Amino acid sequence: MIEVKNLRKNYHSEKSDKYAGIGTKEDKENGISFSVPKGEVFGVIGPDGAGKTTLFRILATLLLADSGEARMSKWDVVEDYKEIRKIIGYMPGKFSLYFDLSVEENLKFFATVFDTTIEENYEFIKDIYQQIEPFKTRRAGALSGGMKQKLALSCALIHQPEILILDEPTTGVDPVSRKEFWDMLKKLKEGGMTILVSTAYMDEATRCDRIALMRDGEFIAIDTPAQVIADYEQTLWSVKGDNLSSMLEDIRAYPQVETSFAFGDEHHITVDPNLKKEELSDYLTEKGYTNISINEITPTVEDCFLALTKEGEKGKEED
Amino acid sequence: MKQFRAFVIKEFYHIFRDRRTMLILLGMPITQILIFGFAINMEVTDIAVAVLNPNPDTYTNQIIERVNANDYFHVDYTIHSQNEIDELFKQNKIDLAIVFPNNFNEDLVHSGKADLQLISDTSDPNTGTIIVNYASGIIADYQKEINNISGNPPYQIVATTRMLYNPEMKSSYSFVPGVMGLILMVISTMMTSISIVREKERGTMEVLLASPLRLSQILIAKTIPYLSLSFINLLTILYLASFLLGVPIRGSLFLIIIISTLYIFLSLLLGLLISTIAKKQVEAIIMAGIGLTMPVMLLSGMLFPIDNMPFLLEKLTHIIPARWYIVIMKKLMIEGLDFTFIIKELSILLGMTGLILALSMLNSKKRLE
Repeated sequence: MIEVKNLRKNYHSEKSDKYAGIGTKEDKENGISFSVPKGEVFGVIGPDGAGKTTLFRILATLLLADSGEARMSKWDVVEDYKEIRKIIGYMPGKFSLYFDLSVEENLKFFATVFDTTIEENYEFIKDIYQQIEPFKTRRAGALSGGMKQKLALSCALIHQPEILILDEPTTGVDPVSRKEFWDMLKKLKEGGMTILVSTAYMDEATRCDRIALMRDGEFIAIDTPAQVIADYEQTLWSVKGDNLSSMLEDIRAYPQVETSFAFGDEHHITVDPNLKKEELSDYLTEKGYTNISINEITPTVEDCFLALTKEGEKGKEED
Repeated sequence: MKQFRAFVIKEFYHIFRDRRTMLILLGMPITQILIFGFAINMEVTDIAVAVLNPNPDTYTNQIIERVNANDYFHVDYTIHSQNEIDELFKQNKIDLAIVFPNNFNEDLVHSGKADLQLISDTSDPNTGTIIVNYASGIIADYQKEINNISGNPPYQIVATTRMLYNPEMKSSYSFVPGVMGLILMVISTMMTSISIVREKERGTMEVLLASPLRLSQILIAKTIPYLSLSFINLLTILYLASFLLGVPIRGSLFLIIIISTLYIFLSLLLGLLISTIAKKQVEAIIMAGIGLTMPVMLLSGMLFPIDNMPFLLEKLTHIIPARWYIVIMKKLMIEGLDFTFIIKELSILLGMTGLILALSMLNSKKRLE
């Protein structure tokens, strides 16, 4: 299990004058707190720069927090870092493999580093490793993104860690491999492993048991994906039609539309509850758009994220 | 221990699989020795000679004739005072001056032994030495010749040489210690720092740090392959220098190897120190390459004699480890001195090693920052 209490870590960003890190807001003295019970997949969802990597590195004993505490299993991340390093499997944002070593050599090396062997844990990683085993003599640098990811995961799992920390494991991986990857995490979780995973892909949030939406170093919501969606209060419509890109401008200009975002081949908009679909449809037809269809939809995690973000900004303006 | 061994093996994989780099690393000492040994200034022709012969006689005239008859030499000036020699050298009109004493003939006939002086410009030490050696050879041939004719008592002509502008008389193989100082430093420092920074850049360092491996294990395992590569290079240089170039190894070979190993160790530590500062491989290359190689070449006495440097630069050379190493190697290899003559330089090297060790230990972190 993982327990995090009032964790803060600020550092001056090299790129801008802004302070980066986690728990950075001046009005929030408390920092980040959450806990993950054993055998749960906990997802940290947020855009780049939200502080996901900083948080994970503190938990992987690679960074020291400014204040607050964190325990992995029963160990403290500062004092017992040596113990933690034995029980975690850590997969950083980049696939940390030796590209000039073969698949098998990579796995063997990491197995030895964790004082074990491939043979000892073969059963444990079999499901994943079997998919890349046919290429075991190939250099890791010559693998596809999906295969690199599987190898990196195999390397992180080779010592049967209690807690698995995965920092954006699906970035740069094709959709099929991404789906397979989440299926594998589910299996590992069923075996009792605690999994902490971050992603910038909102659609992956539903694969987690619980999620934390993260923005600017703060958790803006922690709950099950279903509950996060249930907490969504606005009226959400999707708008489809021809010439979508210019349509967005005109939708925004309509007084009773509150927010509008482009979502692939449709727009998601929140509106005044009193607004009728026909009114908006007529308005758009008048503007010369064709093939318009407007439907009320259930929100996705991304809609929730956008709505929460909007709220946060409003709050700031009111301050 | 098992982890450590696996790590060292992995490091060797990295080196062996990067064939081009390995070729450069192992080929560099060979090419440098060959370039310095053969390509630079080995062939000296068109040597302009001035002769100061106050009392011409058969013997002196014959010597001058022999010199002039040689393809490499041509006697351009016959002069009458010592002062003219300096003038001619300064105007760069001559490469060699032969000075006979007033009583050359008398000495040779009566005591069977006469002196003459060969003066050359050794501001380019290689050329200067080669010219003097050629001239001495001609005179020695002549001596043999007259001894064959006259029988006994054997005549002896002693050519004393005077090196102008570089009185230390640096011999043509004085570059060998310099090459050692340079190559061992480049390989150990640059390659160690690059290989550590590469792990940082690729993110593997993050995984290694978050593993049960200890930082000291990681760092020591990183240096071992380059220690062995440097050692191979050391032996290659010593072998080539002594068997191909005929550089004498006059002092203790054991001491040479021990002190070179210390110097390699110092360079490895310097590589570690650089790796704690550099975040990108390019940075490591710039720091080790330009920040170290250039000073070593320019300020270690390898290319330019330290005695001729301006005061400030001369002081600056004191912080260059290679300077002290090269001095030790010159003393041990070429001058054949023993341990007592290198105690000062050796203590300085040991002190520097300790300092760099402390700095790199202080700077190495078991976390990311």
